Amino acid sequence: MATFKVNGVEQIVDVEPEMPLLWVLRDELGMTGTKFGCGIASCGACTVHVNGSAVRSCVLPVSAVEGQEITTVEGLAYAADDNGLNTNTVSLSQVQQAWIDHQVPQCGYCQSGMVMAVSSLLASNPNPTDAEIDASVTNVCRCGSYPRIRRAIRAIANA
Amino acid sequence: MKISRRRFVLSTAVVGGGVLIGYAATRPSGHRIANSELARNGEKYLTSFIKIEPDNEITIYVLHSEMGQGIHTALAMMAADELDASWENVHIEQAPATDLYAAGDLATGFAEEFGVPSVLMPLVEASSLKVAQIGNLQTTGGSSSVRFTGQHGMRVAGAAAREMLIQCAAERWGVPAAECTTALSYVQHNASGQSLSYGELATAAAELEPPAEPMLKDRSQFNIMGKAMSRSDIPPKVDGTAPYGIDAHSEDMLYAAIRLAPVFGTKLVSVDASEALQRRGVKRVIELEDSVAVVADNYWRAKEALKLVKSEFETSEHDDVSSADLAARFERELAESNGSKDLEVGDAEAGLETAADVVEASYRVPYLAHAPMEPMNCTVHIQDGKAGLWTSTQDPLSMRGRVASVAGLNENDVTHHPSYCGGGFGRRLPFNWNCIDHATKIAMEFDVPVKTVFSREDDLQQDYYRPAVISNFKGGLDSNGNLIAWHNRFTGPIQIPGASHPAYAIENQSIRVVDGDTHVPVAAWRSVDHTQQTFFIESFIDELAHRAGKNPYQFRMDMLQDHPRHRQALEVAAEAAGYGRNLPEGHALGLAVQESFNSICAEVAEVSIGDDGQPIVHKVTAAIDCGWAVNPDTVEQQIESGIIYGLTAALYGEISIENGRVAQNNFPDYEMVRMATSPEIEVHIIESGESLGGLGEPATPPITAAVTNAIYILTGQRIRELPLNKHDLRQSTPIASV
Repeated sequence: MATFKVNGVEQIVDVEPEMPLLWVLRDELGMTGTKFGCGIASCGACTVHVNGSAVRSCVLPVSAVEGQEITTVEGLAYAADDNGLNTNTVSLSQVQQAWIDHQVPQCGYCQSGMVMAVSSLLASNPNPTDAEIDASVTNVCRCGSYPRIRRAIRAIANA
Repeated sequence: MKISRRRFVLSTAVVGGGVLIGYAATRPSGHRIANSELARNGEKYLTSFIKIEPDNEITIYVLHSEMGQGIHTALAMMAADELDASWENVHIEQAPATDLYAAGDLATGFAEEFGVPSVLMPLVEASSLKVAQIGNLQTTGGSSSVRFTGQHGMRVAGAAAREMLIQCAAERWGVPAAECTTALSYVQHNASGQSLSYGELATAAAELEPPAEPMLKDRSQFNIMGKAMSRSDIPPKVDGTAPYGIDAHSEDMLYAAIRLAPVFGTKLVSVDASEALQRRGVKRVIELEDSVAVVADNYWRAKEALKLVKSEFETSEHDDVSSADLAARFERELAESNGSKDLEVGDAEAGLETAADVVEASYRVPYLAHAPMEPMNCTVHIQDGKAGLWTSTQDPLSMRGRVASVAGLNENDVTHHPSYCGGGFGRRLPFNWNCIDHATKIAMEFDVPVKTVFSREDDLQQDYYRPAVISNFKGGLDSNGNLIAWHNRFTGPIQIPGASHPAYAIENQSIRVVDGDTHVPVAAWRSVDHTQQTFFIESFIDELAHRAGKNPYQFRMDMLQDHPRHRQALEVAAEAAGYGRNLPEGHALGLAVQESFNSICAEVAEVSIGDDGQPIVHKVTAAIDCGWAVNPDTVEQQIESGIIYGLTAALYGEISIENGRVAQNNFPDYEMVRMATSPEIEVHIIESGESLGGLGEPATPPITAAVTNAIYILTGQRIRELPLNKHDLRQSTPIASV
């Protein structure tokens, strides 16, 4: 049994301890916003937050998140109530709104991971340099949304 | 106006309380080969439906796949503008995969572009598709959606519906239709001050005979087209709710991980699954002709168990084949055969004889995988003679037909559930059937949904690749440095006729192709043949310019007298990039221009060489003439996207063959441009007002030569083989500017 919180909701799952968090989220919990891209932590499509920090969930054994707080892209978009639980009220995060304002996604498949990676970066470094963005956001976007990602990050940093 | 060849007949249906106004067309037997193909089968159902509800909300059904190219929004804009709809009240939905929503306009469009719809002919010949359905495609490819379906379908549908609504209002008011105007989903009669919403008129309007030739707007009348509109697919893509094929989910779903024959074309011989079957969650191990799959209650469990399956595949004559062997074979074919004619103009051999200077060069590119971010996947649920199908695809209708054919079902008993596509780039086109076929065969063994997912390793190793090509050139310059002969022999296949033809005015040209067929499966890859041919042409032209002692920009411009749009694109890009200005130390500009899919794209790359001997692309300035822009923001997006996709291939892209199989495994050895390596991109849209050009692909072809032409100036190294990471650019002798 593994016990952890996803977007404020406690989850208890009966899976092997070595099962990566990605597949617990997708196949056991049916939370498909977090994507499978490479399975080796190279592309970042599977990025989630563990206690607020960006982590690639496709190689993260579920045993490593025992008792931890997981946030997925689905959790970013909803306002939390007084107990930290997600409500049904849609309240896009600053990064998500900037992604719409700057029309960032194309196919969009990598963008869950991008949004999570950038949210984590900006939480710890609200005004990153280009080099810091490059070093921190190493996710792959096959459609090439990078120029717009940089523009959106700049807009948030300068807001 | 092209619509004069159509006759519109009424087609209405009530869906969800609203009224659908659509049209069907009969195509007369045509003056071209393709049109006779079309007409042989009589009436075609056409597609684009507009649903108007009593509360004046309008839904526009789009039959093409949204892969990020913004066509759901662009196509809806085209219909909504002609309809004079209130954009704020327009909803966009993916049309279902049924015959009624087939893209007949695609076949017509391709026929007009190529004379015969050669790109589509394989579809016609496929046993899984009826010949009668040449027009019944839902293919999203060939940068075709907006310029064909949009221009010939969506705009016409919107305009026809508008005229029907006006006619209905005019009859109700007893006034001449000519006195009625439309705006923001209302019909108005200014003289009497009356107005009715489309919602109030829709039910009656749907009973009317649609106009034979609805009047399309002049560009000056556009209210929606030409404006940068936010894409409808973006909000769900930022909060995780956008459904992709891989996101199909149900409680009772099973998951399949698969191992395909590593050497293309070989068959499975034997399997020992005893260990795998002991693993938790494993339901079955399925043996297929060319593969073995583990089906479990979780994809990770299936994948882990698959590692324990021992399997043997048959040996084959290709088991020892390497990329070097294939290259040697290509070279041999080029040496031994004069090939078959691609283009002959004047007398190239004689031109070379009389030339004062002959330049020879041999270029080559490797196989490339598409590597869309969403790995290939397909979910099939077969029960009681019917099937549900969930897969991200560039052609839902073809996938439906294929699943039906593999499963032995009637295609009307297969339902495709639409989803967004996590990238396509050609990988998700018909005829790239693996995964679809495998998923169907596996699902036939169960009565619950089974989701088959290719790992990224499967994706890279079991693709249908961009062909590896060798292209040999001879160019003849006269004593004044004018290019008088162009002699080119390259390995096929030719997937896009004309892609190897230079736009430049060259009196004598001989372009011939030899067979480049190998056991490695090939298919269309973003921009198809243009991706490699533009690298070849635009590099060799650059070589010739330098050899002639001429400025590469001026050398091109002088030979583009008959191509004013090429000249303008080159001029706009060069001027915006500051071509000829003083650059930072160690920087150079390279340029390239190419027409593809009826658009002209010129690119100028600013490049320097890093300490590791690899190029750094600082900025790309692009000029795109796509006729006119339906949604300027998505035009920019597609240019940015095409450049980065092409740059990835130039810098890193290589699928190599060792022991008959693909050597690359995953992203580390099939690297991608990422934030750190992504250049600044500046896009200039040229509104030439010519007919609409495609946008999904035309920015990909020029980038490689733009970069390598800059590298030549920086280093004196002429890059004739890709990818660039094979070259160490530190050894260099910069070229003096000309």
